[in-house]
Amino acid sequence: MAIFDSALIQPLAMQVTPPDWPGGYWWHWLFFTVAIIAFVLIMVMGAIYLERRGMGRMQSRLGPNRTGPFGLLQPVADAVKVLLKENIVPTTADKIVHWLAPVVAFAPVLVIFAVVPFQNGAMLADLNIGILYVVAVSSIATVGVFMAGWGSGNKYSLLGAMRNVAAVVSYEIPMVLAIVGVVIVSGSLSMNQIVTGQDIPYILVQPLGFLIFFIAACAEINRSPFDLMEADSELTAGFHTEYSGMKFAMFYLVEYAEAIAMSAIIATLFLSGWRGPWLPPWLWFIIKTFVVFFVMVWTRTTLPRVRIDQLMGLAWKFLFPLALINLFVTAIQVVVWPDISQWIFVIVNIAIAAVLILLWSKFFKLGQGRVEV
Amino acid sequence: MLASYGLIGLFFIVAILFSLVMVIIPIVLRYLKIVPHNPNAIKESIFECGVETIGKTWVQFNFRYYFYALVFLALDVLVVFLYPWAVQLRQLGAFSLYVVLILVFIVLVGYVYAWKKKVLEWK
Repeated sequence: MAIFDSALIQPLAMQVTPPDWPGGYWWHWLFFTVAIIAFVLIMVMGAIYLERRGMGRMQSRLGPNRTGPFGLLQPVADAVKVLLKENIVPTTADKIVHWLAPVVAFAPVLVIFAVVPFQNGAMLADLNIGILYVVAVSSIATVGVFMAGWGSGNKYSLLGAMRNVAAVVSYEIPMVLAIVGVVIVSGSLSMNQIVTGQDIPYILVQPLGFLIFFIAACAEINRSPFDLMEADSELTAGFHTEYSGMKFAMFYLVEYAEAIAMSAIIATLFLSGWRGPWLPPWLWFIIKTFVVFFVMVWTRTTLPRVRIDQLMGLAWKFLFPLALINLFVTAIQVVVWPDISQWIFVIVNIAIAAVLILLWSKFFKLGQGRVEV
Repeated sequence: MLASYGLIGLFFIVAILFSLVMVIIPIVLRYLKIVPHNPNAIKESIFECGVETIGKTWVQFNFRYYFYALVFLALDVLVVFLYPWAVQLRQLGAFSLYVVLILVFIVLVGYVYAWKKKVLEWK
């Protein structure tokens, strides 16, 4: 990681040279293109290792520990294995769609990382609409998933893909509203400025927004309590039932790259991104990303899978009203007390979040009794 | 600013090429006889838990997906209006807050109507 050394010497508050200085443009592009692709692939390998080992420990077993020291080479072994597998395409499949789906799913996920700041100004493009760009691009991968379900010619696949689209469409709204709360507090859409403005991590200023964003992000990328599109007991393997070999590996990669992307965005928006004492900024960023990812693994092992009606009810009746209330509470605080210290809002907002969650859980019950399906 | 979008556009092309290469590598390896390729009728059939598939896959799907899409469309347009307001809220002050509250109220009437009509139930 010596690649960030030149930027490391500069003090934190100083602005790094913008990417459009003459002569450096192509150099900047080349460097960050290679860095982002390497970052995504290495982080995905780390994430798979963390998930399998962590899940193993949480389920009272060991997890992979044979390949290399502590099983660290397991993702590499899996990659080689999957590369050498036979590629099977069903006769009734729509061949072109089936073949293109992994490409359409993977490219947008990679492009999300273009606006994620690894440290002050160290990003491919510091867009002034950064977070809006993330919202726009992160939903495109769903098209790839739907293409996979449609092109496979399998009814289970199609059903899984449709459930995925319904879930993404439903959880988009609470997620985007939770981001609006952050935007109101920071007064900027640029990811880098959101981080530089975060003297207190926004997880404290926006506790309710953080919870809503985390749940919605888990549902959008189909992490486990919400992984209905590949619910094994109902739909065999969902949208990638008919995939094998490298194309299956691409979907596996998409799943973890999306999880890493969402962890990175949560770390940027709510955990003050690359900021932190003593350690270099990029290391703080990676540590925070992995911490968020670990919480995702933790929820996966802790919570059982929800039903499809519960999934939709949670988005439309629970999270959406809460997100709206959170948004307007934040807006009123900013308009009425613009100059007051944010520490007061921290206490007030945590209290409001606790009261609201308690109230809603009184009104809104999913677990008890039989819900009409 | 336009230069930044150029960077992203170029990066997007690289991302597409990268994912295309990842799909093409096994095809190349197949011609080099490294990856096996022995198709047969059973292997290339649809996997539906051992049962033969009846009828076409691409049938009409349930209408409830359509309702969610409609509600989503209305609310998503609302959210897009909220973004520019949220960035400038400190400068715009209390008046803009009232205006946005009225806008959200109008959309919320539709949301409550949809809830009462049981559009948001999955059944």
